[in-house]
Amino acid sequence: MDLNYSAEEVAFRDEVRAWLAGNLPRDLKEKVDRYEHLSKEDLLRWHRILAGKSWVAPAWPKEWGGTGWNVVQRYIFEEELGYVGAPPLIPFGLAMCAPVLLRFGTEAQKKRFLPRIYQGEDFWCQGYSEPGSGSDLASLKTRAVRENGRYIVNGQKTWTTLAHYADWIFCLVRTDPTSEKRQEGISFLLVDMKTPGVSVRPLILMDGAHEVNEVFFDDVSVPAENLVHEEGKGWTVAKYLLGYERMNTGRIGESKRQLARLKEFSSGKLNDVRFRDRLSRVEVELTALEITNLRFLDRMRRSGQPPGADVSMLKIKGTEIQQALAELMMQAAGEAGSDEFAAALGRRYLSMRKTTIYAGSNEIQRNIIAKQTLGL
Amino acid sequence: MNFDYNEEQQLLADSVRRFLQKDYDFEARRKILASPEGWSARVWSQLAQMGLTGLPFSPDYGGFGGGAVDLMGVMEAFGEALVVEPYLATLMGAQLVARAGSAEQKRAILPAVVEGRMKLAFAHTERKQGEKLGVVGAPIADKLVVSSGSRLFLADRADLKMKPYRTMDNMVAADLSFSRDRAEPMPGADQAVAETVDFATALVCAEAVGAMKFACDTTLEYLKTRKQFGVPIGTFQALQHRMVDMVISYEQARSMACLACARVDSAANAAERSRAVSAAKIKIADSARHIGQEAVQLHGGMGMSEELKLSHSFRRLTVAAQQFGDADHHLARFASL
Repeated sequence: MDLNYSAEEVAFRDEVRAWLAGNLPRDLKEKVDRYEHLSKEDLLRWHRILAGKSWVAPAWPKEWGGTGWNVVQRYIFEEELGYVGAPPLIPFGLAMCAPVLLRFGTEAQKKRFLPRIYQGEDFWCQGYSEPGSGSDLASLKTRAVRENGRYIVNGQKTWTTLAHYADWIFCLVRTDPTSEKRQEGISFLLVDMKTPGVSVRPLILMDGAHEVNEVFFDDVSVPAENLVHEEGKGWTVAKYLLGYERMNTGRIGESKRQLARLKEFSSGKLNDVRFRDRLSRVEVELTALEITNLRFLDRMRRSGQPPGADVSMLKIKGTEIQQALAELMMQAAGEAGSDEFAAALGRRYLSMRKTTIYAGSNEIQRNIIAKQTLGL
Repeated sequence: MNFDYNEEQQLLADSVRRFLQKDYDFEARRKILASPEGWSARVWSQLAQMGLTGLPFSPDYGGFGGGAVDLMGVMEAFGEALVVEPYLATLMGAQLVARAGSAEQKRAILPAVVEGRMKLAFAHTERKQGEKLGVVGAPIADKLVVSSGSRLFLADRADLKMKPYRTMDNMVAADLSFSRDRAEPMPGADQAVAETVDFATALVCAEAVGAMKFACDTTLEYLKTRKQFGVPIGTFQALQHRMVDMVISYEQARSMACLACARVDSAANAAERSRAVSAAKIKIADSARHIGQEAVQLHGGMGMSEELKLSHSFRRLTVAAQQFGDADHHLARFASL
């Protein structure tokens, strides 16, 4: 048993860390450090810097721009991105649409979309949730009817993150409302957001931020060539994405950075034993999660098997820790008075409540573990 | 990075587990508990034959020179089976002799421990000077290592006045009174105690993880077989989610036991070692309580029954949570390091 990275892995981490330290623009880092809103331009600027270094999509096959790193290197890279305090890489194109195209797309689809995703030329969003279909996603109603080589789409998506920035949306749509198994009537469709009939309405969350939206489809005409995989196989595509290697789900690097900052600005409060002990317990949970994460990663590296329901465990613990840290930070900053920083941390506390709800609520994650791991 | 046991460690853990499954099932353990001695000499000699009593000691004394990670799989297996023989107590006593004893004391004691001829205990916690409390293994130890002030002494059991009893988890233990007059001083001291207690704490973490594994496995089995309202109770989501949280708690605890054992073997300094051990003990104490209480609750009335092994696992977990300092103690130490 050896809990440490190998000498090569440490060297790799140091290389990544040094490069990030030298190439993350100071103004972007300061914005992130102050918990300020990041504009589309901020996000794309960092995306393009990484693309320029050929590091924006490490997991992709080499022919499409992947780095050829193994799972441990990819994990280290993602953790370092979190740890340095870089703007987030928006996953909808890089880590969601692209893996789907690589697995199920036609050559033409890959050639058309992948280079633009890589370069940050197309901004993607995800059209899954609907007003009546959240956790029970397979009940979705957005209709796509095939007519003369095109799909006519009608319906509504909701909670669509950054749809107001997006050039494209990948959607789950119902192509066959009569199929006996409702999952079999679903298809995976790529829609240009500029198509007539697509409209976006902001949904403002309790922190005041505009991050998510409603997206309406009103007789939107989509060429049939934008169908991914076969008609009726959309659920297979969606499930593939759920099982995709997402070993960074626990967001250890990001939480380590928040913990370090919390300790930094709450030093006065550490004399309060009650506060200190709560902080220590979160630190212990984070340490445990990091080792758990590495254990899963090590197992995955040896077995070559996808992580399966392990990812659900990382999601549950990772988000609980993120929320606990955000809450402690709000409380610690509140002591200092009502300055801008305290206000930003207050908003952050509000915003972080979403983490246990999005990307499959933690209750859904528990269902997955109960079924897949425990056989219940 | 590698989280598996090496081949030797895995073989040892497997053979210990096989031995315990064959010779130390719940019924065999019940008979040992019912005996006046409260432990089995036959089991002890088998543990010695398997090399377990020599595992962490120098080859100079017949041992194998192993560390905490080498013992981790063994302790997990002990925790699953709820072994009551005072193995850890003997290892602690002998570790103190190895670290703080004179050459002569080492020669007299360590080979005998390795060969399974001698059992030890460590009397540390005291109510007031000379009165030691809760000394696990004391009534059956041949010799005891006793701390007094900042010094360590070796005493024969026969020279100590003891009040023997069984702990909540059915270990033999005693409160005892000690005077230096009839004891032999040991030359080393302070560092040896800190190192040995951290070593033992890491091993208790591993043992507790084994007991947690049993509690999780047996509860999952119960959810799948116990029927109410015409269906297995494991079909109820309220129970499924609690079971999932138990399993997460177990995985997190096991990660911390790995950390504690690894750092006991190879930390750069004492502070790093103690910080890792305290962090682990905080998590293990929290998880032991969580998993133990939930396992009993999900078993319903059966969880309370003396006849079910689970209730004994619950007692072991309850004691393990407090052994060598509870979560509050280690939270204070963690913050101070």
